[in-house]
Amino acid sequence: MISRQLPILVSGVLFGAGLTLGGMTDPARVRGFLDLFGDWDPTLAFVMGGAVIVMAIAWWLQPKLARPLFADAFALPSRRDLTPKLIGGSALFGIGWGVAGLCPGPGVAALVIEPVSAAIFVTAMLAGMFLVRLTESDT
Amino acid sequence: MSLPGFPDATPLAGLGGGVLIGVAAALMLLGAGRIAGVSGIAARATGMSDSSLPRISAWLFLLGLPAGALIVTAVMGQFEPSFASPVVLVIAGLLVGAGTRLGSGCTSGHGVCGMSRLSPRSLVATATFMASGIATVAIMNAFGWEVLS
Repeated sequence: MISRQLPILVSGVLFGAGLTLGGMTDPARVRGFLDLFGDWDPTLAFVMGGAVIVMAIAWWLQPKLARPLFADAFALPSRRDLTPKLIGGSALFGIGWGVAGLCPGPGVAALVIEPVSAAIFVTAMLAGMFLVRLTESDT
Repeated sequence: MSLPGFPDATPLAGLGGGVLIGVAAALMLLGAGRIAGVSGIAARATGMSDSSLPRISAWLFLLGLPAGALIVTAVMGQFEPSFASPVVLVIAGLLVGAGTRLGSGCTSGHGVCGMSRLSPRSLVATATFMASGIATVAIMNAFGWEVLS
């Protein structure tokens, strides 16, 4: 039990540390990165680049493992279809990301940096998720 | 170290942060066999996703995020970034929450885990939210709408 949960906790801690070190919990830096046509701050390109390079190595290793190191089986997404929902949802997410300079991970990590603001953002984010859940359970 | 032409950029801290995020996501993939996608994990923790991820795992990952942030601020010193006003945070949060569920992911799941796997869905999702984020900031700046004090 503990041997299975500990790597997940460690992953969360490393993830939160990386977000903070990289500047993603600073809305001004995030909006500076998105300000491509203005006073552009390229820092987040280094964050994205560093993360993607390490993960590309992990994806190269993954098929060589019969099973994950601390779990019974891989549970990975397999869809490849491009849908209006995927594109429309991503467009909405980008607007929200641009408006306040926060995405889900940094929003949660920032609960210890700027607790009130982060809590407002995370609560609204969960409400947005709930609204989608409501519409999807209707159909 | 700074980048010529970009006095405010912190490329080394960015790269270090990115590598940490990559190691975290790699541990999730190779250790737990799963994608480190924060929006999906947040939905799972709060009972809004039917993912097979145990809810205790979802909560542990989410609790790790602020714990990691605390460690970095303890080592590097506190910094006080400015955040948008409550009304703006609510609007942005609703868009981020709804958008990530409809779009099946955010910057972590699509941007880091999916792009590095060359998943067609993630490549399209990431290009889309980057484009709409860039357009949003450009339009807000054109109207002179400052949201960060």
